[in-house]
Amino acid sequence: MSDERKIRVLVAKPGLDGHDRGAKVIASAFRDAGFEVVYTGLHQTPEMIVNAAIQEDVDVVAMSVLSGAHMTLFPRVKALLDELGADHILLTGGGIIPENDVADLELEGIGRLFGPGTSTSDAIAYVKEWFSTTDDA
Amino acid sequence: MKSKRPVPGHQVLLQGFLEGSVRGLARAISVVENERDGFQDLLHTVMTSGPQTKRVGFTGPPGAGKSSIVAAVATAYRGLEEHLGIVAVDPTSPYSGGALLGDRIRMNDIATDPGIFIRSMATRGSLGGLATATKEVVDLMDSFGFDRVLVETVGVGQTELEVTAAADTVVVVLVPESGDAIQAMKAGLMEVADIFVVNKADRPGAPRLVKELRQALHLRSGRALRDIPAHHGVDLGKAMKLERVSDASEQEGEEWAVPVLTTNALTGEGVDKLLETVEAHRRWLVESGELGVLRRARSGIRIRDVVDREMRRVAWNSERVNGLLTQGVEEIALGRGTPYSAADNILRALLRQRA
Repeated sequence: MSDERKIRVLVAKPGLDGHDRGAKVIASAFRDAGFEVVYTGLHQTPEMIVNAAIQEDVDVVAMSVLSGAHMTLFPRVKALLDELGADHILLTGGGIIPENDVADLELEGIGRLFGPGTSTSDAIAYVKEWFSTTDDA
Repeated sequence: MKSKRPVPGHQVLLQGFLEGSVRGLARAISVVENERDGFQDLLHTVMTSGPQTKRVGFTGPPGAGKSSIVAAVATAYRGLEEHLGIVAVDPTSPYSGGALLGDRIRMNDIATDPGIFIRSMATRGSLGGLATATKEVVDLMDSFGFDRVLVETVGVGQTELEVTAAADTVVVVLVPESGDAIQAMKAGLMEVADIFVVNKADRPGAPRLVKELRQALHLRSGRALRDIPAHHGVDLGKAMKLERVSDASEQEGEEWAVPVLTTNALTGEGVDKLLETVEAHRRWLVESGELGVLRRARSGIRIRDVVDREMRRVAWNSERVNGLLTQGVEEIALGRGTPYSAADNILRALLRQRA
């Protein structure tokens, strides 16, 4: 019996881009940080991601987007989460995302987005910090 | 620290569950898995009608293709319009406490099917091949109304056999690389299997493993001569008027003779035959009365589990018990007691307290 609830994270790789090194690095880092990481592999549609997030009852969805389609994929996943009553889930992620776009996405309720060169410990600290402020089951 | 806070919106959650909302089920599983306050009441409330669903367990060594077989089997069951719950267990790291749950990777083809609910669980220190709460999660899925629940264990070796406590039918998945049948004969897997599947059957060594498994199974059931080929010119099988029969028609009398099947999960080869065999086992369970025996045994295990857990909780949350523990530690240090005398004091105190 653990006293502390595990943080559950879905690491998702949406769309057609097949570069999953980043997703695997962050999935491993989250695992080593004590998170329970659900990894679903490549080529996920927003529907697949949201479906998995709800069934797995994760706290966080972390998407890796290197394809340039971030302005489509992040808002789409966010909209689906909201629509299905899962707006308590933090949607965050990383990839090649220009600063202006990061700012726009944040305005749409997307969490922090991490660019190239991010230290995994920053991402871990961010998720832990966010989690400590939530009050969810 | 986040623990043991009351379940937020317990009633809302229960209502969602009872209305068949996927999110309600997902949250209920979390409540049970995290042992949040009220989780036992929740289970008690939804488990009133007894076991209904068909439970099929899949176990075997890492990389045998359990997830792929589960996905292939699930697709086939969806073709029969069954609603399915799937629980897939992966290991928790004993070092970090974290886990990488990757079984969904093999299940992408069924990932958005609204008739399938997949939940990944981390073992969280449990050593039996399931997670601590897997049996309870299967109960939840049963109560939720799925026609069938598929349980996939972590990759197991020779001793992680808890799957029998969660499934009516246990499918043991092996691959030609799993080693010879002696590995399976040692103990454990051989005894829990209701059905053996040699997956990746296109690989070299598959026919040999199938043959060895059949011989090993017949050794167990006292029919050792059946699969022995003609030797020194004498076919012992024929000499003793034993005819080789196919696995499907092999079921005779009261005993279930464990069949050995071959599959190729990626091409779907052999999956239909596996489904047929699972159904045959189901019929046998029902007709022989074994299902009732199995369910009673399972209930017994579940009751013990709950009592064990509650005893531990009551004991270690009690100030008096913790006081006796500290006292015992001191007595041992001073050479006036042993762990046994201390434990005896604690047990006496507990029994008095609860009487």
